[in-house]
Amino acid sequence: MQPADFSYVIDTLFLLFAMTLIIVMVPGFAMLEAGIVRTKNVTAVLTVNTMIYAVASMAFLLIGYQLAFGTWETESVSKWAAFLFQMAFVGKTVNIMSGGVSERTRIIPLMLFTVLMAAVIYPLVVNWTWGANMLKDSFLDISGMHDLAGSTVIHSTGAWALLAAILIIGPRKGRYVDNQVRVIPASNIPLVVLGALLLWIGWFGFNGGSVGSIASKENADTVALTIMNTNTAGLAGAIIAAIIVYFQYKKFDITMILNGALGGLVAITAGADVFDIYTPILVGVIGGALVVFAVPFFDRLRIDDPVGALSVHLVNGIWGTVAVGIFAKDVSLMAQIKGVVVVGIFAFVVSYITLFVINKFIKFRASDDDQTQGIDVSECGVEAYPEFKRAF
Amino acid sequence: MKKIEAVIKPFKLEEVKDALAEAGIAGMTVSEVKGYGRQAGHTELYRGAEYVVDFIPKVKVEVVTKDQDVDMVIEKIVNAARTGKIGDGKIFVTDVQRVIRIRTGEEDEEAI
Repeated sequence: MQPADFSYVIDTLFLLFAMTLIIVMVPGFAMLEAGIVRTKNVTAVLTVNTMIYAVASMAFLLIGYQLAFGTWETESVSKWAAFLFQMAFVGKTVNIMSGGVSERTRIIPLMLFTVLMAAVIYPLVVNWTWGANMLKDSFLDISGMHDLAGSTVIHSTGAWALLAAILIIGPRKGRYVDNQVRVIPASNIPLVVLGALLLWIGWFGFNGGSVGSIASKENADTVALTIMNTNTAGLAGAIIAAIIVYFQYKKFDITMILNGALGGLVAITAGADVFDIYTPILVGVIGGALVVFAVPFFDRLRIDDPVGALSVHLVNGIWGTVAVGIFAKDVSLMAQIKGVVVVGIFAFVVSYITLFVINKFIKFRASDDDQTQGIDVSECGVEAYPEFKRAF
Repeated sequence: MKKIEAVIKPFKLEEVKDALAEAGIAGMTVSEVKGYGRQAGHTELYRGAEYVVDFIPKVKVEVVTKDQDVDMVIEKIVNAARTGKIGDGKIFVTDVQRVIRIRTGEEDEEAI
């Protein structure tokens, strides 16, 4: 085999492996959300997660990929592997928002938005950053932003859409009564932990694969460093979240600790390949700390986000992207901030308009009665836990 | 015949069951229940917000027994279930008019 062929084969294998790891995040999101919602809404949340993978990926195959990259042609790896790797990300963008609107959102309008998100909105963001760059030479050109695997391109894009969706859909029934925040506890903590740790594992493909090539000694080092840094930020996020919740409340809230870990992972996603091995500790610590303070902050604004997706993905998507400008050599802080702002304004405004128009025709919000009964019954007709207590 | 319903702390169930079995009580029904009395609820924490859990998990033990055994059964339950701390529970005694064993059709004291 020629050396060129060898690297083609290795890199194709590498991308297919990374893609597989990223798809592990589908059950990751699904289990996390299934555990955090009440039992009467579990089937609905799982249906949404499954359908997002299918609908978003299909929309990306038919329209989005061409829009983002302009062509299917690649030289250094199999073009099918290149597609599959990019396709693995698209569902994640929508998945980031789906958890935050759970327990009150109907499936059909959400799927309509999924189609538009995966076919147009997300591919345009990719076009300007990683893809064909139709903004080249305009004052909006943001290709100077360093965003390895999508702190901004994926995490905050999805989370801006979520913010728009929450503003349109409103909080869950009974969440904010009078001037009080009513706590709605998670129904299944083991599932939350399983989901969060599956996401963590998926992140190794998410960030590691985004290096793009492993078929040289230098690239292999970069991939390994990227995965190591990714993990480090997750560890740091978990530890700092645990410390802060313990000092604040004298309790270890596992859902917050996991959110802290995920916050660290989101924050490191922009720059895992360009940091030394110690900077990710700082990036993760700040990321995890931001989550712990952001969760009650959004509650004070009456923005009901059951899974904490805004705190994890929006706050840390922004922090992670800015962090590269602060800590990495050769990366301009201004270019990072410009990328955050341009993508943020675009993703929020376009998502808001799209969601608003869909909502005019098909209401996103399930009726109060359906929410009381649980949207498993009204939306899916299948209850996740139908037995009387326990079946023997 | 009387029915003795005892709402007790869940971790005391084994001791209560053993005490009753030793005393020759042939059967009992237990269920998981939630409730509160003077102990009231307690606060828990979830995602940075405190909330009050009004109803605390308890176990309810139901025993139907002959009238002359009632005091003995009550004493056994009280001794086994008491910790001396708040929330030990309560015992309710009510009259039972009929008892029927489904398998054989026996009635009343024969069916207990």
